[in-house]
Amino acid sequence: MTSLIPFFVYIAIFVGAFYTVRFIAQKTAVQDYTSLKTVTFGDESAVQSNRAASIVSIVTIFVLWGAFTGSSLMPSFMHAPGPFIGDTTFTYTAQAPDGTKDDATVHVRVHPADEKPDAIEAASGDGFAKDDALNMIAWRSKLIPVDKNDEITKKDGAKIVAIDGQPIAPGDSVSVGDGKVTLSDKGTPNFVPNKGWQMEPIWLPSPEAVVKRTIEIANQGYQGSTLWEHLGYSLMRVIVGFFFGALVGIPLGYAMGLSDWARGWFDPIVEFMRPVPPLALIPLVIIWAGIGESGKIILLFLAALWIMAIASRSGVSGVKISKVHAAYSLGANKRQIMRYVIVPNSLPEIFTGARVAMGVCWGTVVAAELVAAEKGAGKMIVTASKFQNTDIVIMGIILIGIIGFSIDMLMRWAEKFLVPWKGKG
Amino acid sequence: MSGLSIESISMRFDLPNGGSVQALKDVSLHLKEGELLSVLGPSGCGKTTLLNILAGFLAPTEGQIVMNGHTVQGPDAERGMVFQQGALFEWMSVRDNVGFGPKMKGMPNAEKAEIVDHLLDVVGLQDFKEKAVYELSGGMQQRVALARCLANDPDVILMDEPLGALDALTREKMQSLVLKLWKETGKTIILITHSVEEALLLGERLIVMAPRPGRIHKEYRLPFADMGVGADLREVKKHPDYAPTREEILNMIWNMEEEIMGRTEDAS
Repeated sequence: MTSLIPFFVYIAIFVGAFYTVRFIAQKTAVQDYTSLKTVTFGDESAVQSNRAASIVSIVTIFVLWGAFTGSSLMPSFMHAPGPFIGDTTFTYTAQAPDGTKDDATVHVRVHPADEKPDAIEAASGDGFAKDDALNMIAWRSKLIPVDKNDEITKKDGAKIVAIDGQPIAPGDSVSVGDGKVTLSDKGTPNFVPNKGWQMEPIWLPSPEAVVKRTIEIANQGYQGSTLWEHLGYSLMRVIVGFFFGALVGIPLGYAMGLSDWARGWFDPIVEFMRPVPPLALIPLVIIWAGIGESGKIILLFLAALWIMAIASRSGVSGVKISKVHAAYSLGANKRQIMRYVIVPNSLPEIFTGARVAMGVCWGTVVAAELVAAEKGAGKMIVTASKFQNTDIVIMGIILIGIIGFSIDMLMRWAEKFLVPWKGKG
Repeated sequence: MSGLSIESISMRFDLPNGGSVQALKDVSLHLKEGELLSVLGPSGCGKTTLLNILAGFLAPTEGQIVMNGHTVQGPDAERGMVFQQGALFEWMSVRDNVGFGPKMKGMPNAEKAEIVDHLLDVVGLQDFKEKAVYELSGGMQQRVALARCLANDPDVILMDEPLGALDALTREKMQSLVLKLWKETGKTIILITHSVEEALLLGERLIVMAPRPGRIHKEYRLPFADMGVGADLREVKKHPDYAPTREEILNMIWNMEEEIMGRTEDAS
């Protein structure tokens, strides 16, 4: 249940921010005729993204991330309740075979995973049950063999009948001051300190831990390569694979758009290969070309090839016949029509294809590196996950996202700059 | 023989189901140099097919087009064409669109620039020379299309409903422009239109075509085009012959449409 708390908080912020922003907007809006218009409801083009919503949305993600990981970047009153850390005690009541009972205290020191505090000094107390002391890590549970130092142990027939004065039988749980004690089937108490609402760092590290790790890896590298080498290798594979895919795919698409023989010959191949996810080709590519660079570049080449071929084919065959006719009646020959009409007319489609292909290639390279690689963004996060370095995994995902987004923005910008006539025909 | 001769053109299209459609049957017509012909007819009468054959985009099944003594074999710069809309090259500026024909001929830049400048003056788009064509309004785009066609100095200009997509006011201005260009350049012009008014105003000669098979139904010689040059077209419409002719042609086309409807209903 507690793992759903961040989700409920998120929903609450979503709804709360909506009403707050609307309330503020209503206070400040001009109440004229246009502000009352409702005819645009359901008109998709009239729905524009609300800037305030985007800002609140992004801030919310980081605030929740910080609050539920106990980030030191945030004031502590904003933190979700954390796990219990510190010293606590509970008592257990042991019953000897002859029916005599004795109480003893268990001293527990709960500490964060990355600290190693001293053990608690505790006197053993009187009676046949002796006091115990131990250290444990927050968020974990620990079986406590309390009878080990007792004068009458389990072997002698002693058993635990109560915790903190509450009767207990094997399999039952009772709450104690700072956690919960469950008696195992064999009669050993298992102590779980309160976990609070925060996430354990191995599930989700705090933002500053991720930033710290990013700086550390940027300076020192990870698994024998620097961060820039990991990312650079992935990018290089995408660029080389895409380049060759476009180099072959665009002429192939042109051939298919201009010649019925080429269209008939390649259509079945292209139409069959296009829906095959490039990831499904990884095993075959590994068999054929191994796990080195050439294998990955072949895979990305194949990922880009069909997309580019189909884009340029539809760019060529999408030319309005009236434009070709106009060029003919203005005295152009076939070669001139190709150069001045068909090629420029197909460029917008090719650019759209290139954007899609770059996106697919970037996704494919990361996945291919997850399977097998020595360097690369995907390799970095899969290795980190094996060592439970969640901070590196999250850093890697964020960097992969940033690079993918930047590629798309770059392509869009190039499109605006190079083919301004897109969609204007 | 100078001018443009349509010599017993027939056009049959084969259908995928084995049948065929007779789009044109035995169409003959002779146009003298500098004549302005408008072509009217209900949809499906083969107007556009005829224009495509004249342009050389289609080869007729029978008959031939003879122009200035030679048979038409395919598209050529001597027969320019103005399309309805969307035939401009949106990747080129207004200037490059107009200069496209001369460029294809390999004309030197200076000479080309002179022609382009002159024609942009004629159609009144000098200030829009560097603009992209998609930045212009529909009427301006059609003026660019006219200028682009004229830049090649063709002997015959074929117009396929060039003003069909324009609003009424722009259309009237463009009609005056077409008449002005016709008088100034002395080109032979063939104009296909759906609008009876436009055909009357812009046609020195007017033919009404009938469908199934496409053929020439009736031919008129009209005074309105000459009257309209440099004059207010609304004044031309007040001519005593104008309204009766319009009614006659409208009735003619109306009856043809009725007949087609009747025939399709019989067939079904």
